Amino acid sequence: MDFGDSPGEGEFRERLRTWLAANNPGLPSSSTDDDYWAGQAAWHQSLYDAGFFGLSWPKEIGGHELPSVYDVILDDELAAAGAPPRPSLGYLVQGILEHGNDDIKRRFLPGIVNGRDRWCQGFSEPDAGSDLASLRTRADRDGDEFVITGHKVWTSYSDAADWCLVLARTDHDVPTHKGISAFAVPMDQPGIEQRPLKMINGIMREFGEVLFDGARVPAANMIGKAGEGWPLAMTVVSHEREPGELGYVSRYSKLVKELTQRVKADPTGFESEQVRDLGWAMVEAEMLRLHVCRRLSDRLDGITHGPEGSVDKLLMTSVEQAVGHASLAIGGVAHAGGDDTSLKVYLYSRAQSVMGGTSQIQRNLVARRILGLPAS
Amino acid sequence: MDVRLSGEQLALRESAARVVDRLGPRAVGQLDDAERTSKLDAAIASSGWHELRTMNDAGQPWASAVEAAIVAEELGRGLADAAFLGPTLAAELRRLASAPPSSSAVTVALRTDLGALADGAGDAVAIDAAGATTAFVLDGERLGEVQLPDGEVRVDLTRPSVRIDPATIVTPVDGRLGADDLRKWTAFGLALTCADLVGTMRGALQLSCDYATERRQYGVAIGSFQAVQHLLADALVGMEGSRSIALHAAWAVDALPAPDALAAASAAKAYCARAARSVCETAIQVHGGIGNTWECLAHVFLRRALLSTDVLGGVGPSLTRVLAHRGIGGSDGLR
Repeated sequence: MDFGDSPGEGEFRERLRTWLAANNPGLPSSSTDDDYWAGQAAWHQSLYDAGFFGLSWPKEIGGHELPSVYDVILDDELAAAGAPPRPSLGYLVQGILEHGNDDIKRRFLPGIVNGRDRWCQGFSEPDAGSDLASLRTRADRDGDEFVITGHKVWTSYSDAADWCLVLARTDHDVPTHKGISAFAVPMDQPGIEQRPLKMINGIMREFGEVLFDGARVPAANMIGKAGEGWPLAMTVVSHEREPGELGYVSRYSKLVKELTQRVKADPTGFESEQVRDLGWAMVEAEMLRLHVCRRLSDRLDGITHGPEGSVDKLLMTSVEQAVGHASLAIGGVAHAGGDDTSLKVYLYSRAQSVMGGTSQIQRNLVARRILGLPAS
Repeated sequence: MDVRLSGEQLALRESAARVVDRLGPRAVGQLDDAERTSKLDAAIASSGWHELRTMNDAGQPWASAVEAAIVAEELGRGLADAAFLGPTLAAELRRLASAPPSSSAVTVALRTDLGALADGAGDAVAIDAAGATTAFVLDGERLGEVQLPDGEVRVDLTRPSVRIDPATIVTPVDGRLGADDLRKWTAFGLALTCADLVGTMRGALQLSCDYATERRQYGVAIGSFQAVQHLLADALVGMEGSRSIALHAAWAVDALPAPDALAAASAAKAYCARAARSVCETAIQVHGGIGNTWECLAHVFLRRALLSTDVLGGVGPSLTRVLAHRGIGGSDGLR
């Protein structure tokens, strides 16, 4: 039982720290500033080229096959350097690794990992949010292709994406979750229209909706077999609930560090209630960092993920929202104009209890699958 | 980095669980069973768990703080009503102060708000004092010892306290306690009470899930109602977060410099104390009217959590220490 670095981990940490000192692009935060996206691809590729991304993934796809706890070190050092977080792609990689055939893995995974290809995830629809299995986007076979028609929404990074992992109905005569298939659909084609959605904090580059009107995708781009889109979706969303997969710890630690600097610079300028909110944000962010250490250590046993992802999602949400509240308390609301970053951080934090499955759905899953409480 | 428990640590957890499942109280009525509590006390003593933090030949504790925390968590889960926290904190003080061993049964005396080790006998209460005859206090830079009078206070029905008579003479003990020793000791005490809180949460949650599965209203188990399920789900989430941060606090006691260990323990205490109160309140709520009666174990968990929370500082003092460690505001308030 050791939270400290092994010699190999210590060496890795030093190498990473040295590299970050010279290669931190100093991007603005993704959650509050659209300019982040102008530099994000370069950051991803630079992190990858230096050997610091995809640490625990297979070498064939560009990973390093290191123990998953190395991601803890990566997140620590990114936060300490004030660098951007690592790209949040682990859930896509895990989903394709688990469900794709060799051809799919060979064609798509290296590009996701090295940052050459940008991906988005076409799951939710206007009438299929929490009840994802009721989705209505359809994929109809036409020779060697499928033709996709439907409407996806709350699609993160759709504006920058080269590819979309689309869930579409291929069989209308079976129970809803058994008729869904998954496809890797190229975004650059006439049958696809992408529209940005403005989030409540004003940013435009994160959220989008995607309209498919006769978009075409080769049948060979189906991931998993026909009708097996649901298990893939469940793999993806369960990893999407894991802070260790998302790398959000560094984002929270960085935000807390910035708020701390602000209070230290003006020691008499804050009421005890404001400082207390910052104290809670420190404690919550620290808890999540340590919780990720615990979960990623469990992976050394080969345990990957299960219903515990719902616990972790709820913990991550409480951290994001405690940091949001601290940001509001310390930074205040820019009623008179000027820098409104604090308000943006706070407003963005409200999405965490919805995206990747609402907190209410997570509690249902925890109650039924972990606590074993009876069905309602 | 590998924070999985070792095989030996897992075995220790299992044996602590066995002892408390066999000899701990299963109902409020059993709290008065002196024969059972003396068997529990004897089982803890014969397992050597009171000596985990005494000094070995190399001048180090026999077991790490992680092992002490493993025992504390299981004892908390099973509402163990025999001394462990008090004697273990006394052993830690004795070792840090390089004080000679003694044959008397010793615990520690804290300020009456339990926020710090008592300085003299004027404002002092001995905690977890079942079977103890004396308690350690601070005597300036040194360690002192006071005799315990008769008469117990039982806020926590499983761990009685004894108010020290302010006129009690403090007998100096041959041993010196520096500022870092006191920080280390406080970090250890916080880590141990965090582990107890995690155990208390686990016990309260299990009690509540069992009850929600048995208790029927409107013709169905109340645990099938989403409103009840969400309360219990939140309780599990609070316990799991607490478990992660408490584990780190226990590791930090022996692995990090004193100020960092104290900050780690304080972060854990703030988190665990807030979670534990909420989890125990949920236990009472899920038990409904029955949960508000003396005979239901739910309040025994809550009372145990309230004592563990206040030992060496609850939410407020812990947040203050976390902030101080990052350069905001006051001191660690230990002396």
